[in-house]
Amino acid sequence: MSGNHPHERSLTDLDVRVRALETLLIDQGLVDPAALDLLIETYEHRVGPHNGARVVARAWSDPAYRDWLQQDATAAIASLGFTGRQGEHMVALFNAPGVHHLVVCTLCSCYPWPVLGLPPAWYKSPAYRSRAVIDPRGVLAEFGLTLPDSTEIRVYDSTAELRYLVIPERPQGTQGWSEDQLAAIVNRDAMIGTGVIGPVADSVAESVAGPVA
Amino acid sequence: MNGPHDLGGAQGFGPIAPEAGEPRFHDEWERRAFALTLAMGASGAWNLDQARSARESLPPALYLSSSYYQIWFEALERLLQARGLTRQPPGASTPPRVLKAADVPAVLARGGPTERAPTREARFAVGDAVRARMMHPTGHTRLPRYLRGHVGQIEAVRGMHVYPDTHAAGEGEQPCWLYTVRFEAKTLWGADTTAASVHVDCWEPYLDAEPA
Repeated sequence: MSGNHPHERSLTDLDVRVRALETLLIDQGLVDPAALDLLIETYEHRVGPHNGARVVARAWSDPAYRDWLQQDATAAIASLGFTGRQGEHMVALFNAPGVHHLVVCTLCSCYPWPVLGLPPAWYKSPAYRSRAVIDPRGVLAEFGLTLPDSTEIRVYDSTAELRYLVIPERPQGTQGWSEDQLAAIVNRDAMIGTGVIGPVADSVAESVAGPVA
Repeated sequence: MNGPHDLGGAQGFGPIAPEAGEPRFHDEWERRAFALTLAMGASGAWNLDQARSARESLPPALYLSSSYYQIWFEALERLLQARGLTRQPPGASTPPRVLKAADVPAVLARGGPTERAPTREARFAVGDAVRARMMHPTGHTRLPRYLRGHVGQIEAVRGMHVYPDTHAAGEGEQPCWLYTVRFEAKTLWGADTTAASVHVDCWEPYLDAEPA
């Protein structure tokens, strides 16, 4: 399969099979090549965790938005412009002191595309899908995250068309930050639940928000 | 079906190994397989549940030794072949819609909502005790094996949604009430778990009332 040097790589079996099928479907008039390019462009470059970070930053900043997200996440997220495929029915899971959420799809690869983009390979792997529901602490340890024994870990298995977005706890040291500044520290893993947003060091907080008076 | 895809609680798959700075696609064929799957998914030649059914019906050894985009591609080939769409000229009696580039943004923005207007009362309410049905259908289902026979509690009522078991079988949407059900992790796994609870979306036919 893939070598370390892409330019030295010969065509693999899958390269050949996928190209052959694409050529056949174009010849049959069943797919529009320009549509294929646009699908790739959309999910490779436009949709990604930066969308979900806007949702989290708004939830951290605006209590009314946070309530809306809790009541009707699909509408609250749509209000920021994130809708559609694999995010038709959204649910937000709010982490809190002593409560941590983790999202998995044990049966396939369900993932909230409009807010997080395409899932990483590990999210779709048998290793993650098999263990997340039985040993989430072991899973989190592999991501370098150890939660206190007293923290309750709630695992959500996405078996239907509901898609789950974890709203991490807002870290210490971010008082007075703008939504843009907050969105910049939110990452994908914290919105799946395989990570958290750690405390922001005083020096960083000052460089972002200016010295605290 | 009790296929290789039903992985919850399985053991021996090794470390998860997240990749730092992972690219969206690892190879050009992944881009093309992804786009072909989405484009043909929008054609109406099959529905989402039939696509999932095709993936989980792959030979178990092939499923478990394939990357996820390969699983998509292997299933795509089989879906096309089963409908005569790889024959020249295409064998389908009704030609599928072709997703045109100009329609891509609207098609993605619309997605495929599965909620339908309620046509009857929900059987369960928040707080009700329910038991996941002991069943082993050979067709498509979204009730994972690790839940079957176990008791949980209704956490949320999510509306009526397309029922995947009939939708995948070509028997129509037959919408059913959908619930999020909370299972105590120790109920599912005994002492060998580090979760507090596992929350799973279950359609009404997957659940029986559990006497208090």
